[in-house]
Amino acid sequence: MKTYARFTLLVVAIVGTLAWLAASGINESKTYYKTISELKQLPGGEATKRVRVTGDVVPGSIKRDGERVHFQIAEKGHPQILNVVYTGKDPLPDTFRDNAQAMADGKLQADGSFQASSIAAKCPSKYEAAPGGKPAAQPLNGAKPPSMS
Amino acid sequence: METLGAFAILLAFCLAIYAFSASLVGSIRKRAFLIVSGERAVYAVWVLMTTAAGILVYSLMTSDFRLAYVAARSNRAMPMVYKFAAWWGGQEGSLLLWSWLLSTFSVMVLWTNRRKFRDMMPYVIAVLSFTQIFFCTLNAFIEPPFQVLAVGKGVQAVADGNGLNPLLQHPAMAIHPPMLYLGYVGFIVPFAFAFASLVTKQPGEAWIATTRRWSLITWAFQSTGILLGAGWAYAVLGWGGYWGWDPVENASLLPWITATAFLHSVMMQEKKGMMKVWNMVLISATFFLCIFGTFLTRSGVVSSVHAFAQSSLGSWFLGFLSIAVGVTTFMIIKRLDYLKSEAHLESVLSRESSFLFNNLILLASSFAVLWGTLFPVLTEAVMGEKITVGAPFFNKVNIPIGLFLLLLTGVGPLIAWRRSSWESLKRAFRWPTVFFALTIVGLVAAGVYHVYALISFGLCAFVTVTIVMEFFKGSRAIAIKNQMNLLRAMVELTHRNTRRYGGYLVHMGIVIMFIGFTGAAFNKDTTKEVKIGEHIQLGNYDLQVKQVVDGDNPNYSWQRAVIGASKNGTFLEDMTPERRVYVSSQQPTSQVSIRRRLHEDLYLNFASMSQTDPSAAIIQVYIFPLVSCIWVGFYVLLFGTLICLVPSKVKYSYARTEVVGVYAKQAQPTK
Repeated sequence: MKTYARFTLLVVAIVGTLAWLAASGINESKTYYKTISELKQLPGGEATKRVRVTGDVVPGSIKRDGERVHFQIAEKGHPQILNVVYTGKDPLPDTFRDNAQAMADGKLQADGSFQASSIAAKCPSKYEAAPGGKPAAQPLNGAKPPSMS
Repeated sequence: METLGAFAILLAFCLAIYAFSASLVGSIRKRAFLIVSGERAVYAVWVLMTTAAGILVYSLMTSDFRLAYVAARSNRAMPMVYKFAAWWGGQEGSLLLWSWLLSTFSVMVLWTNRRKFRDMMPYVIAVLSFTQIFFCTLNAFIEPPFQVLAVGKGVQAVADGNGLNPLLQHPAMAIHPPMLYLGYVGFIVPFAFAFASLVTKQPGEAWIATTRRWSLITWAFQSTGILLGAGWAYAVLGWGGYWGWDPVENASLLPWITATAFLHSVMMQEKKGMMKVWNMVLISATFFLCIFGTFLTRSGVVSSVHAFAQSSLGSWFLGFLSIAVGVTTFMIIKRLDYLKSEAHLESVLSRESSFLFNNLILLASSFAVLWGTLFPVLTEAVMGEKITVGAPFFNKVNIPIGLFLLLLTGVGPLIAWRRSSWESLKRAFRWPTVFFALTIVGLVAAGVYHVYALISFGLCAFVTVTIVMEFFKGSRAIAIKNQMNLLRAMVELTHRNTRRYGGYLVHMGIVIMFIGFTGAAFNKDTTKEVKIGEHIQLGNYDLQVKQVVDGDNPNYSWQRAVIGASKNGTFLEDMTPERRVYVSSQQPTSQVSIRRRLHEDLYLNFASMSQTDPSAAIIQVYIFPLVSCIWVGFYVLLFGTLICLVPSKVKYSYARTEVVGVYAKQAQPTK
């Protein structure tokens, strides 16, 4: 039985270490999903949390300034607009462009703008349209003339 | 045409139901004709699914834009290869591919076992057909691929289609989904045999022996699929990485991890008769995770950068999964008596124990990945607030796990079965440990202080030495005995026990891949806005933007930066990162330019032209040390897997296997 006791001890030690690592990993990187209007109403104390905010990129708002990228996102059906500054290292996804649905991870700054460290973007034409939508019946995403910027 | 296709799917659906019920009823009531007719129905399902798939492919190739699927995924300017690849470019087609692969595998299983396992086969067919019914349901009723574009009552064709998503127009992406699907679908075969052996109370390991090749090949496909995905992300997505712990990537990794655990733990059952319940659980979990992976990618439950489909498929998958999990759990519990272990663990320092830890740690990893992937769903259900975890979580848990696994890779194969003495351990691990220490000391002297990187490189040296020693010891003995040269002896050695030495090669591949992963600790990057003629410096590299040119072709228009790269003052080459806008989808994409070398990659991305200064381009420069080792390691891994598939020259038989043979004869008196 001594073998099994030793074995159990080892297993507990390994699982314990991993659980501890997992817990600290969660604390380090947990990110709350918020809408733009929720984000603007956050109490001061909670404003330091990492937040993931989703919205449609306001057409024409994407501005590059050296390493930083400024843009605005808006929530469907709401007038509120959020100014976002992207300071992350990774190149922006190709799907990130005017009217795309963007997902920004980062923190709210004191001046009310949002500093994002990572951006993901969903392009409406990728894979599938929203449920019920007939993909081919949509305009072929050609509403805007091609632009290389 | 499309009516015929839709009809074929519908008929396949009905015949799959027939195959399922005929096999079950035939087996319970012992009606041979029912069993045979069930088997024939499986062949018929394959013919029908092939017809349906053929019609879809034909419509794509001939640009039949009356079909909604074709119009949405293809256009006239696309090269033929991608018109074909558009088969799996969208939801409906992907599911049809799944279904078709499943029916193909069913037919292959049926044909190769047409004279074997007469008692088990009806249940194997039942499992395969049940899954086929599920996927045919999706093909026929939920995501039909043959919908036509109709205005009022008239069928109408559009002039040109939307085109395949440009990101998917890449050779790696054209074969990545089928590879992954082959890996997903393939695991149903070992699972079906495992389940059938549970139902028919097979005492032995017949199901493991027959499905060993399936498991290995499927595992190889899955590895290939995952690696192609990583390679595609690296070269095409242009976010400067090969792995982002994205839900879709995780979905493909999960069954791979449990399958890896399974491939190791079956050895315990084959050689020692241990861990029988565990293996049942592992193969079931692997299959369920394959279905679960398809569910994650196809239902849009967890949001992802891959931006996959949002649809009503979710509840169907969940329904199928809960039935399957329920029935399997019930069967395992009911048959616990037949799954008793034949041996006990004798020492912590034993081969058995190293297998156990290998399994424990792999399972912990898959659990952590699953947990992290589903974290938003879980927190929303429990706390009412969606919280997500990112790459730091996955890295924090999985890097130590990976290092521990690497250690086991070196230790496991050398440690004795049952128990090892400290003396024998010292003898076996003296040199590997010396090299471990030397590597670390050497790297610290060279100025590397990254702790994980040091451990990782040290362990890589450790495992490499153990593997080289194994090959050397074995082949020297053969060389002396048969008077061959060492190289010939090594081939001979491998041929005598392909499983063992192929396994070592797979391990070697993993080691090389780990060297590549560890390189990520030394990545460098910079983003600069530069005018024509200006320079960017990063590491030893100097990059001069020479010019920006543009042009177009029928499929896309492009804009290309020509950048002269030099290292330490020596000119290397002109690199040309490019931006494209595809005509039909108006989707801009980046074509990164990569200078691949074994020790490091120079990776350039042309982000955009500057808005504030139209003559300046924004260029992102990355240096990825050792990243090529990942791809090299993968080829070694694949080669090792192929070696494992070659039959051994010397048949190693164990006393236990003979018992199985005797029983198998008794169990088939009807033959």
